[in-house]
This record gives sequence, structure tokens and C-alpha cells, in this order.
Amino acid sequence: MAEYRLTTPLSDEDIIKLKAGDTVYLSGVLYTARDAAHMRMVKALEEGKELPFDVKGQVIYYVGPSPARPGKPIGSAGPTTSYRMNPFAPKLIALGQKGMIGKGKMSDEVKEACAKYKACYFASIGGAAAVVGSSVKKAEIIAYPELGPEAVRRLEVENMPLFVCFDSYGNDLYEIAKKEWANKL
Amino acid sequence: MSEIRNVSVKDVEEAIYKLALDAAYHIPEDVLEAEKKAYEKEKSEVAKKVLETIFQNIEVSSKEEFPLCQDTGLGVIFMEVGQDVHFVDGYVVDAINNGVERAYKDGYLRKSSCNPLTRENYGNNLPAIVHTFVVPGDKVRLIFDAKGGGSESMSKVQMMKPADGREGIVQTVVDWMIQAGPNPCPPTIVGVGIGADFERCAVMAKHATLRKVGEPSPDPVLADMEQEILTKINNSGIGPAGLGGLTTALAVHIEMEPCHIATLPLAINTACHVNRHKEIEL
Repeated sequence: MAEYRLTTPLSDEDIIKLKAGDTVYLSGVLYTARDAAHMRMVKALEEGKELPFDVKGQVIYYVGPSPARPGKPIGSAGPTTSYRMNPFAPKLIALGQKGMIGKGKMSDEVKEACAKYKACYFASIGGAAAVVGSSVKKAEIIAYPELGPEAVRRLEVENMPLFVCFDSYGNDLYEIAKKEWANKL
Repeated sequence: MSEIRNVSVKDVEEAIYKLALDAAYHIPEDVLEAEKKAYEKEKSEVAKKVLETIFQNIEVSSKEEFPLCQDTGLGVIFMEVGQDVHFVDGYVVDAINNGVERAYKDGYLRKSSCNPLTRENYGNNLPAIVHTFVVPGDKVRLIFDAKGGGSESMSKVQMMKPADGREGIVQTVVDWMIQAGPNPCPPTIVGVGIGADFERCAVMAKHATLRKVGEPSPDPVLADMEQEILTKINNSGIGPAGLGGLTTALAVHIEMEPCHIATLPLAINTACHVNRHKEIEL
């Protein structure tokens, strides 16, 4: 399993070299969105309105951080459970989104969208929030501030450690890992 | 006749305030101990790496008072009130809510309570969820459980058939936890409630997650079931963070009470690998 250092925005070339199980240290700009922000973004699309940011080449981090202490860019910021974004992710991937960061399983529709449009779902370690939060260097709210922890934030991150979960070839790290370690007690 | 003891709700508020902050930053020792033991037994290199990251997270959180997880949960309080206690200086539930609100504000903890339909965030993490039990004596015991949404969503209550029996219960819990997979942030502590009725078995399941990790049920029949379910869950291969390994659950804790001859209520509630809870007696 390979290790890559990538900087956003991501291109098709970045995505096609990644395989489920690879480690990625991601740097650059990420956008945060959870359930409430996704509902609003998809509604905006349906109404023919603009999204708060252009998703092309971008990676969306499924996170609702805890408040920042004075002098810090952000509080704890680990991934939230991704399946709640299943209805929204394929629509944004079709518009050119290149990645999602979260934890837990996502649907076959998301997996298929990753293969069709060349995108990846990156798994982060749920609950390792203080450690993951420390890779965030800058954070600002760019949309829906009234949503509080669910507002859309623009983050600048350095070497955020991630595992490739869905690659662009239809593979799923959670399924592969589970099979490998089943009945080993 | 036993004497009435006055307990000021201001002391309850202060206790809740401190418990909430402590729970957010400092993992319970028994949980960490269980994770260290799991690390020694773990054979997957990836799983070992995940556990190392979890240990690093515990250290950073504790030292810098960064929440262990960004989801600092809703405040769930198990309050055992001695029947000889008389609360003074206000209403005790208001005091609990004040303690929670202040802790979440002062401690830079995330406010997660919202309107179920509009999803509007109330911005104060209120109300706390308070389960009250009247017990003998003149003390007040408070358990504060910071319950995150990821593990809570992987819960269920199922009204089983009496004929499903022990085997049906074991299979249902194992299947459910395997289906939950990486979602509840494994390694988890699995709480199971068997019997009583619909709502009480759910409270038992959550209460069971707060038992000292790995301490078997005093009932040998249940202790045996706990071990069987644990082995089956850990044979799933899901592993820490769902990235493969031998440690999917740290423990299975079962609580059981008598039920109706026509029913077999079963509830499952999971706690993630930080299982934040702290307690005090006043």
C-alpha cells in the first residue's frame, strides 16, 4: 500500500493513482459541510442558484468542529459519520467534486459515482479529533453561519492523514479490511 | 424515622459543570486500560497504528484541554436520589441544565442540540437528558455521560419473540454490530438491555455502557453471553476505526430485568472508543 502527499484541488491524475488502502497526507484548502449544509447546497442547485463555493476539484470534509479557543484556528475537528451524506454526494461528485473525508460506510451509489467521475472517499479516524484538528492551520466561515458547527468553513490543512476508502475503481477499504481480518481470533 | 437531608441544587449545578468538562477532555481510566490491553493483543499493523493515534489523541486532549472528540455530545445524566434528600435553592433539573450550559460555553465544547424537524441549532446544548431513580438513603449520585451522535445512531430497540430466546438475542446483537461496522467509532463498548419493557430496556442498555469496562455481569448466565457476543463481534474483522483487526469491541455489558410473559424486549446502545462519562456522589 502506497503513501502519497497531495495538495488540493485534486485532478483526475491525482485520483487514478490512488488505491483503496493507500495513505494520503493531504494539504491545501478543504471545505466543511455536514447534513444541514448539504441540504441547503442541494436545494440551491435545484433552484438554479450558485453554491457557496465551486466544488470542481475540491474535497469536502464532513465535520462539525468544536469552537476554537482564543489564538487557535479551530477546536477539535474529527470526521462525522458519512452515510448521512449519501443522498447528496453523488450530485456534487457529478459536478466535479474530487473527494469526501469522513468516517464509516457510504452507499453503492457513492461508490459508483467515484468510479464514473473519478473521485475518492477518504476515511479518517473517528474520535481522533484533537489530533486531526491540529492539522488545520486556518479556518473561516464562508456560508450559513447560522448553522453554528454545521456552517460551511474554508480550512487550510497541512498533511492531514487519510486512508483511501473508495478509490475510482470500485474498491472499498472497509470491506477489504474486514474480509482480511475475519475469524482470526 | 430517618432524617431529611437538604442538598443545595447549587452544589448539583457545580458538580455537573465539573463532570461535563472532565468528561470532554479526560478519558475514563478503565476505557484507556482496556484499549492498552487490546493493543497488546492486536495483530494487524493498521489496527495498531489506529490505536496509537487514539492514544496520541487522548494525550493531546488531556494536556491541552482540547475535546477528545469534536462531537462533545448531548449531556445524559443518570441521577440516583436518596429518598431522604430534599433539594433546596431551586429546581434540580434547572440546576443540571445550567451546569451543562455553562460547561459547554466555558469549555469550548460543541453545542449539538437542535430542533428535530427544522434542524435549527439551539446553541446551548440544552436540554440535558435526565434519568432519575429514587433509591434508599440520603445521597445523590450523578453520572454524566457525554453521548455523541455517531455511536447513538447505531442503537436499536427490538421487541423480540419469547421463542427467539438466548440464541436469538446473541445473533441479533452480533448482526447489528457487524452491520454498524465502522460507523459507531470502534472499538466500542456494547450495552445491551434485556427484558423489562419497551422504554426501560433502552435505559438499561445505555446504563450498561457505563459499567467498568470488561467487568463481567455478576449473573454467570449473562457473563457467559457477554463473552460469546464479544468473541463473535471481534471475529468480524471490522477492527479499530473499521480499518481491519481483532479489536472491534472492547466489551459487551448486559443488564436484564423480568419482562411480561408475552414479550422479550431487547435494546442495544453503543459507546464509541472514548466512552466519556464521569460520576460523583453528593
